[in-house]
Amino acid sequence: MALFEATNLHKRFGDQIVLQGISLSFEEGRLSGIMGPNGAGKTTCFNVLTGRYRPDRGQVRLAGEDITGLSPRRIARKGLSRSFQTMNLFDDERAIDNVLFALPSVRARAWSMWRDLGRDSAAHDEAAALLARVGLAGKEHTPSRRLSYGERRALEIGVALAAQPRLLFLDEPTAGLGAEGTARLFELVSELRRQVTIVIIEHDMRFLFGLADRISVIHWGQVIAEGSPDALRANPWVQRSNLGAMPA
Amino acid sequence: MTTPSGHAQPAALITRPMLLTVALLASTPLWLKGVGLYQYLALEIMIWMLFALGHNLLLGYAGLPSFGHGAYFGVGAYALGLLQQRADAGLLMSVLGAVAAAALVGAAVAAFISHRRGIYYALLTIAFGQVFWFIAIKWHTVTGGEDGLLKIQRPPLSLFGVNTPLASNQALFYFALVLFALVLVLLWRLVHSPFGRVLHAIKQNEVRAAFIGHNVWLYKWAAFVISAAVAGLAGGLFALAQQSAYPNVMSLHNSGFVVMMVLIGGGLVSFWGPVLGALIFILTRDLLGAYTETWLLWYGLVFMAMVLYQPDGVAGAWQAWRARRQQPQVGPASAAPVPATKA
Repeated sequence: MALFEATNLHKRFGDQIVLQGISLSFEEGRLSGIMGPNGAGKTTCFNVLTGRYRPDRGQVRLAGEDITGLSPRRIARKGLSRSFQTMNLFDDERAIDNVLFALPSVRARAWSMWRDLGRDSAAHDEAAALLARVGLAGKEHTPSRRLSYGERRALEIGVALAAQPRLLFLDEPTAGLGAEGTARLFELVSELRRQVTIVIIEHDMRFLFGLADRISVIHWGQVIAEGSPDALRANPWVQRSNLGAMPA
Repeated sequence: MTTPSGHAQPAALITRPMLLTVALLASTPLWLKGVGLYQYLALEIMIWMLFALGHNLLLGYAGLPSFGHGAYFGVGAYALGLLQQRADAGLLMSVLGAVAAAALVGAAVAAFISHRRGIYYALLTIAFGQVFWFIAIKWHTVTGGEDGLLKIQRPPLSLFGVNTPLASNQALFYFALVLFALVLVLLWRLVHSPFGRVLHAIKQNEVRAAFIGHNVWLYKWAAFVISAAVAGLAGGLFALAQQSAYPNVMSLHNSGFVVMMVLIGGGLVSFWGPVLGALIFILTRDLLGAYTETWLLWYGLVFMAMVLYQPDGVAGAWQAWRARRQQPQVGPASAAPVPATKA
């Protein structure tokens, strides 16, 4: 059984049909990719999968459990975590605090109104270790708004990772990164994929083809092709579609 | 405030500004007359400080603008009066009742508005505030209509078999000071607790907070209830101070005053903003008010200038000045704007 399964998802906004009958499944321990041209419905698909939007029809299952229509909070607590394409950080907080608030150990005590979070050195150590994992060692006390663009991208992933997910969704992680930043991110994701099941929506074909075990191509609100990167390169449908430069 | 990487930054239970504030207030009977002021003024300032501190939990920490907070202050004032006059409640019971009544009313209102933020939130708080003001005016049999509840007594404090009379302004002042100090410590702990820190994170990004598994609605609801409870305490003390409760305390005016206090003091950047703001506001009212009836006009102009040129308020100006002084010694990171969770 796949860790995550979406069946026959439909979503429309007004009279615009964005998703029509999308089915996807992601295996545990694999890195899955979703690609497709701009406006293909990738991000809407992501938002439906992660609970931001409720699908009009269809079902989403995490580890066999129906999570369709649950709030993002409940889905997060079941072990699904996501990053955002447009960065969604706590801008006034230091990098370490951004991670701290997402730790399950902190979340479990988040209704405490008396104990001082600043004294919780176990949680701080945990958060610092997490920052180190995403390459932000030494930046713990920098307010997140003062981090560089690439560092903020890394922190995005750090926050998503802090929730200790079974399944990590990354929404266009390379967006806005230069070649060097993308290379660094590639290394980071290569490292993370050994520890957690990952799903990436990505524009950057080279990036995705280099990482993914399996890729689903979405176009016109449907899955038009699916398979390993090698199989997809050979797929005439994919080659014909205007998906940008396909890496050799 | 720099600590080694990754290490926690603990906040003390009792801080120096806290001790200073309470000591300064406690000493007012010694010198207030000497500078031409009077004890009742210190009492009133302290009550407004309480009200503003509670309000700032919403505005400064949760980022939720309530422009109808006078309602909960008023509910506290009326509840104290009614408990005393209709239920024969003693001092502590009626003060507790004021807090509970405001918290209950706040809980009901918050249930309707906590899924909102920004302008819609603000409008809803105004609407609810007006509802309670209207009830206070129209429900003659209970609230006494436009006259309000008169002849509220200052009953003695009976604790451990000892009766302490609170009839004088000075005695009531010390009673209120104890409660003020208590709330000060509780709120200080609260804003540094996981609850307070997550609340401040929700202010910055509700979507992200939900996606890392926090119940955003419940946090906003709880913040409103706590804030209303503090307003109720302040309102109850105000009823004791004024020895009456009247619709005016619930008016849009009063609700606006507390917002002005919080902003002028710098509640958006400092825990102490509301305390400074209440002090400045009431002092200005009294000192300027002695010269001209139009003091609110001048105050309003200063408020506008403040919002335009110093939106972080007095506390923000102080922080900026300190940051400028410290800059040569430490790295650039320390000169970052200090978030509201810090002193």
